[in-house]
Amino acid sequence: MAPDRLDATFAALADPTRRAILARLAAGDASVTELAAPFAMSQPAISKHLKVLERAGLISRGRDAQRRPRRLEAMRLAEANEWLERYRRFWEGSFERLDALLDELKTKEKKRGRAKR
Amino acid sequence: MSKPGTLRVTTPSDREIAMTRAFDAPRRLVFHCLTKPELLKRWGLGPPGWSLVVCEIDLRVGGAWRFVMHGPDGTEMGMRGVYREIVRAERIVQTESFDDPWYPGEALNTTVLAEEAGETTLTIRLLYDSQEIRDAVLKSGMERGVAEGYDRLAGLLDSLRVGEVK
Repeated sequence: MAPDRLDATFAALADPTRRAILARLAAGDASVTELAAPFAMSQPAISKHLKVLERAGLISRGRDAQRRPRRLEAMRLAEANEWLERYRRFWEGSFERLDALLDELKTKEKKRGRAKR
Repeated sequence: MSKPGTLRVTTPSDREIAMTRAFDAPRRLVFHCLTKPELLKRWGLGPPGWSLVVCEIDLRVGGAWRFVMHGPDGTEMGMRGVYREIVRAERIVQTESFDDPWYPGEALNTTVLAEEAGETTLTIRLLYDSQEIRDAVLKSGMERGVAEGYDRLAGLLDSLRVGEVK
């Protein structure tokens, strides 16, 4: 995934309202009116959030010209998640090697301790 | 054999990113592993294929540290900084910046080791010059910052999974 697309994804996910919208869309497609209902927000304010999500590729618009229902682009989320999992493994791999090294150092110290006695 | 702990990433303040991980060893040993080049080179920094080729540590206040990592595709990443505070086996405060800078200024890295019943909790806090820089790190999709994004995403994916079950 291109880095600028990732920037857009993280920026889009950084807002609680937008995360709530995505969670709602996971349960099924919804129109702007339906999406605005649970929030104490005007429809234009919700539309702004939807534009950000759309630019990030996280949602798309359905065919129905009247309702223009929004749809979750699950593939996009899965791609971002895969990329992030690689990053987490970057650190976790190092820390697992540190676990092994610490085990080795502890064993060595025990042996030395026994030799002294 | 010790079991690997869970790596947690949080944002304790507007300008910080923190990582926490538990190790089944006394903190004296963890401190050695964080500060002795011959040990640091063994657990390295990075995924398989990466190695720590340069690791220089002058472990005293005002002393410099320098790391250079090599990647499998010939990528090289250099980092450097200065030690500001050292309490043996307990606490290290150091500055850090990249040779090829991708954020302005330096980060201040505070490492704290807390031991309980022979287990050590390692906490690394990274303090940036401003919230804008911290956020830029979070959004950049590079290095540590991404882990915070991962946390956000993990929460979101959980809520999405709940949605799927319905």
